Amino acid sequence: MKAAKKIDYYSFLEKITPLIAVIFALLVGAIVIVIIGEDPIYVYKILFSNAISNRDGWGNVLFRATPLIFTGLAVAFAFRCGLFNIGGEGQVYIGAFLSTWVGFTFTSLPAFILIPLCILAAAAGGALWAAVPGILKAKKGVHEVIVTIMMNWIAASLTFFLVLKYKAPETETMIAAGVKQMIPHTKEIAQAARLPRLYDLFKSINIDFPSYNQVNVSFFIAIGVAILAYYILWKTNLGYEIRAVGYNPLAAEYGGISVAKNIVLAMVISGAFAGLVGTNEVMGFKYRWRQELFTGLGFNGIAVALLGKNHPLGVVLAAILFGILNYGGAIVNIFTEGRIPRELIMVLQAVIVIFVVISDEIVKRLIVKRRKLT
Amino acid sequence: MFGSIFNADFIASSIRIAIPLALAGLGGVFSERSGVINIGLEGIMLTGAFTSIAVTNFIQNPWLGILAAIIIGIFLGLIHGITCITFKANQIVSGVAINLFASGITVFFSWLLFNETQIMAKISLPIWGLSIPNLGEGSSFLRSIIIIFAHHSPLVYLTIIIFILSHLIIFRTPFGLRLRSVGEYPQAADTMGVNVIKIRYIAVMTSGALAGLAGSFLSLEQAHFFVKEISGGRGFIALAAMIFGKWTPFGTAGAALLFGFGEALAIRLQSVTAVPVQFINMVPYLLAIFVLVSAIGRAIPPAADGIPYEKEVG
Repeated sequence: MKAAKKIDYYSFLEKITPLIAVIFALLVGAIVIVIIGEDPIYVYKILFSNAISNRDGWGNVLFRATPLIFTGLAVAFAFRCGLFNIGGEGQVYIGAFLSTWVGFTFTSLPAFILIPLCILAAAAGGALWAAVPGILKAKKGVHEVIVTIMMNWIAASLTFFLVLKYKAPETETMIAAGVKQMIPHTKEIAQAARLPRLYDLFKSINIDFPSYNQVNVSFFIAIGVAILAYYILWKTNLGYEIRAVGYNPLAAEYGGISVAKNIVLAMVISGAFAGLVGTNEVMGFKYRWRQELFTGLGFNGIAVALLGKNHPLGVVLAAILFGILNYGGAIVNIFTEGRIPRELIMVLQAVIVIFVVISDEIVKRLIVKRRKLT
Repeated sequence: MFGSIFNADFIASSIRIAIPLALAGLGGVFSERSGVINIGLEGIMLTGAFTSIAVTNFIQNPWLGILAAIIIGIFLGLIHGITCITFKANQIVSGVAINLFASGITVFFSWLLFNETQIMAKISLPIWGLSIPNLGEGSSFLRSIIIIFAHHSPLVYLTIIIFILSHLIIFRTPFGLRLRSVGEYPQAADTMGVNVIKIRYIAVMTSGALAGLAGSFLSLEQAHFFVKEISGGRGFIALAAMIFGKWTPFGTAGAALLFGFGEALAIRLQSVTAVPVQFINMVPYLLAIFVLVSAIGRAIPPAADGIPYEKEVG
């Protein structure tokens, strides 16, 4: 009896390892801040209070969390099938580009057709790009990590080429000044392809919300996709098969589940999730494709998925935490007049990742030890 | 047109572009031959690039700058080792974390120490070798030979020596045999008395040292400055070179030269041809996928690559 309780205690510990990791990372951050010669309590107070004490702060946090929910879900979903999709970066590029292309090509369509079409295009682009490593893994047994890495860089080159092809025309003031676009970007998508900002929604129901805040309807799409991911994984046959393959491919095959089919499907769905980043960055924010909108999102999705224990709810929470850190980090940078560079946040995120995986292993060892003792 | 592109200068610049790819790729060879995937090469390169410039500018000695880059590389390799050899964490995750860490920490310190994200190198290493004769003096063949083989940064010659030594170490020494056995079948190696954990640590730290050296070449010798994200995916091209070179030092060097040649070509073709540069830039990655898939001459990774070693307790 007593032993069973102990094991429960450890499985509780296992569940909260992400929290422990975050606290440890914040401690490491505090040490760095002290070394720089600033007051860590003051810095963290600015970081968190600006992010979560008012509506504007929350809007900024959710805006930054939205793309990470998509890429985090992408990584988590593939992981449930035992696959490591580190190609989020490339899938985001391609999905977002396809969505932008639809947005500026079919400009005569009405919004109720064009918006769903752009969303589908974003998902399809990501799915297509993820299908390649999926198929190569299923048919040829090639490790998906290597292929997705290579596909990331191919996507970067391909979209760079396409951006130059569909480059926005230089504005008249630019022509007059004789300058060219410093960073190439595409034409703008049609008005009818743009997602409303939350400001627009809140205005119609008379809630006070800053008009410059960039959080948009894409956040709700992200939450919807998180629910969809949960539903697929735990409420459908497909999800059961995908998890079975992830748990033990040999046993799954023996039980009549096609490993190859599920690997391809899991990658395709994962890629579709990643591609949907385009709904936030393009359809809800910049209305055009520009590479630095997306850089790092795919890789940060890995951190988010890990921190969220590859569960959709965990992913959403982890993405919001990263949103707080990213926004709060930028604010800290301004408040301290650059004495605390915002890159501190990237370091914190890396430290969180390392601590999550290490504390997981420590807890696992504790459990094994406990089982042996009893 | 071809005469104006494919001259001695072109080949020499291909070699220079290939050096960091080759060194980091060799790092990948050591690490993966021992069974540890290291996609943190990109981040280690980036950190090495920053460290070498920072240290060189502070103490006015590029050799010490390069040494510092190697040391920081070994340190990051050690961290990778601790997370994924001792704590058996996922090797890809650890590598991703190293890359994330490097992107942050380099810019963080360049703001902090230099108050900008682009740092010029105050000094570089001297060029070693023979001086290039003026055009028209002596034979043009001799001039080409000097440009290609005997007028480089000392690190170029050092790289060649490192490659020959690495080949000998991996394929001709007891240590190399142990390294390869640990990457192929760690259980068997362990039974034979090989210390799997120790060999893997040595391999991962060696890969860190090589990637750090690669980074120092990139900033100190090639670009003469450090800028945010200067590695720009070269760590991943290095992985592609390692795969294309089938996890051997000379194969990796050949692939790196090929990719260096391609990049040099892309730079020169920018204004000349209809083939967009972006497609030339894709070639290394496409080739890596191709050799993993193709039926003939297929690249097969070490059998225990990416799998943490779990000692069986009977």
